Amino acid sequence: MNSILESPSPVRTDEHRLPLVQARGVRKSYGQLQVLKGIDVQVDAGQVMCLLGPSGSGKSTFLRCINHLERIDGGRINFDGELIGYAQRNGKLHEMKPREVARQRRGIGMVFQRFNLFPHLTALENIIAAPIGIKRIPKAQAIAQAHELLEQVGLGDKAALHPAKLSGGQQQRVAIARALAMEPKLMLFDEPTSALDPELVGDVLDVMQKLAASGMTMIVVTHEIGFARNVADEVVFMDGGVVVESGSPAAVLGNPSHERTRAFLENVI
Amino acid sequence: MAGSSTVHRQPAPPAPVAVEPGAHDIVAVPLRHPGRWVLASLILLALLGVGTSLWQNPNIDHPTIARYLFSDRIVAGAVLTVALTIITMVLSTILGIVLALMRLSENPVLNSVAWLYIWIFRGTPLLVQIVFWGYLGLLYKQLSLGVPFTDFTVFTVDTNALIPAFVAGVIALTTNQGAYTAEIVRAGMLSVDQGQKEACYSLGMTPLFTLFKVELPQAMRVIIPPMGNETISMLKDTALLSLIAVAELYTVAARISSQNLHQVELLIVVSIWYLALTSILSVPQYHLERHYGRGSRTLGPTPIGRAVALVHRVRRSQEGNRK
Repeated sequence: MNSILESPSPVRTDEHRLPLVQARGVRKSYGQLQVLKGIDVQVDAGQVMCLLGPSGSGKSTFLRCINHLERIDGGRINFDGELIGYAQRNGKLHEMKPREVARQRRGIGMVFQRFNLFPHLTALENIIAAPIGIKRIPKAQAIAQAHELLEQVGLGDKAALHPAKLSGGQQQRVAIARALAMEPKLMLFDEPTSALDPELVGDVLDVMQKLAASGMTMIVVTHEIGFARNVADEVVFMDGGVVVESGSPAAVLGNPSHERTRAFLENVI
Repeated sequence: MAGSSTVHRQPAPPAPVAVEPGAHDIVAVPLRHPGRWVLASLILLALLGVGTSLWQNPNIDHPTIARYLFSDRIVAGAVLTVALTIITMVLSTILGIVLALMRLSENPVLNSVAWLYIWIFRGTPLLVQIVFWGYLGLLYKQLSLGVPFTDFTVFTVDTNALIPAFVAGVIALTTNQGAYTAEIVRAGMLSVDQGQKEACYSLGMTPLFTLFKVELPQAMRVIIPPMGNETISMLKDTALLSLIAVAELYTVAARISSQNLHQVELLIVVSIWYLALTSILSVPQYHLERHYGRGSRTLGPTPIGRAVALVHRVRRSQEGNRK
């Protein structure tokens, strides 16, 4: 925790120039094990960034740091002009109250590898829970919006079903709709297709591709090289808790400059 | 598998046969279970023996059982027993949930207090606790509300006036049950997948909203079955309150039998009542389990639904026979 206080305070620049997400020197350890060893990345509004890397490279952990599901030990993460998880007053960092952290997270949607739908609620109820309970949107309006979102992810007829009655691919698309219902500025995807049967992967990737085309800012941890090549504006390859290389999909995937990246891509494709 | 060769003796390769839904294409002689019949007969014989010996026992005066089963005093006692069970279960469940949340909280003070509470109330006999609350007047003659270690008091009352036997009984059973319920609720909360909490937090839900909207409803699925058990235990444990003279079912029966000396008959009366009441209690438990199990498994029809379906089936087959 000390290292956060010792790090230099972020330089305030013109808000318009600030990227939507900016991570600088992000470090994270579990006990003795250092998982993130200083990550520097930034994502501009409307951009799609794909994080690639072998398992254990820290890419999922980094994603979870962005919405403060994991607490960072050092460095800074800025989102939409605010520091994630901490408030800066008089040159000192103060831990945020749970209520403030929750407010910050409302601007950041997240989709999980294991879907994490609420099993006791129907697809529709999953989607409207947070808009009604947290954003205080009128119920009728939230339901109308949820139906619209279900339609967009191709599940207009599944509103009344519980998650157990849906296939993995359908569950993941409900999870995407649920995250979008909070109207986030940024969407985080943590290996969204890794738990799916191969034939169901395409439906989920299609929805994500449409979302990217609509101008949503996205950070996607994935093993789907094809998706990264077609949709990403920037590809970041991580290994051992550091960014090995980053750049356009053509550069990183087509002509990697590091031996480690090349070896990884050969194994994945 | 010996029979399968006779079934598929067609010369042509077995093509998938379109079977009309509901039609049975296997007509087989059901497996016989002669052992079951022997066992059932033996048990029936034993039960008959016990039944007759009770029925013909000259020490049991059957008209006395019939006379007291629905007598005013016994019914009033049974009503109080049910009231005590409902009141203490509601209060102790609230207490148990609060204690469980304290145990699960990151706040070390709340955590330790809950641990200490559960340690004391689970670690001493219920019987002792009941007598303690019943004789609270011996420990503190007067109770007062004020600031500790000063002379400032808001009010002072006699302990026995504030806490009559019924209230002492409710407090004793509630405080004790709360400790057990806390552990059941805690186990239920721990059974909820960690990913649920993360999904809630990622949606910007506050911890309190997450608890009530997502965690507790899912924990209920694990909590309800043991809580049904606890409710049945509670119904019977109310009999312990006879020690501090709460006029519930057992106390009333004991008072009657101390006058007419028909102890055995009144014990049978009491047993019939407890058995009937615990049987009734399993109905709400069944429906609560169904309610909180929604979404987690396929729900079959309720017993009433099954009975209705059976009637329909029988009627349809009768009509079929007539045609």
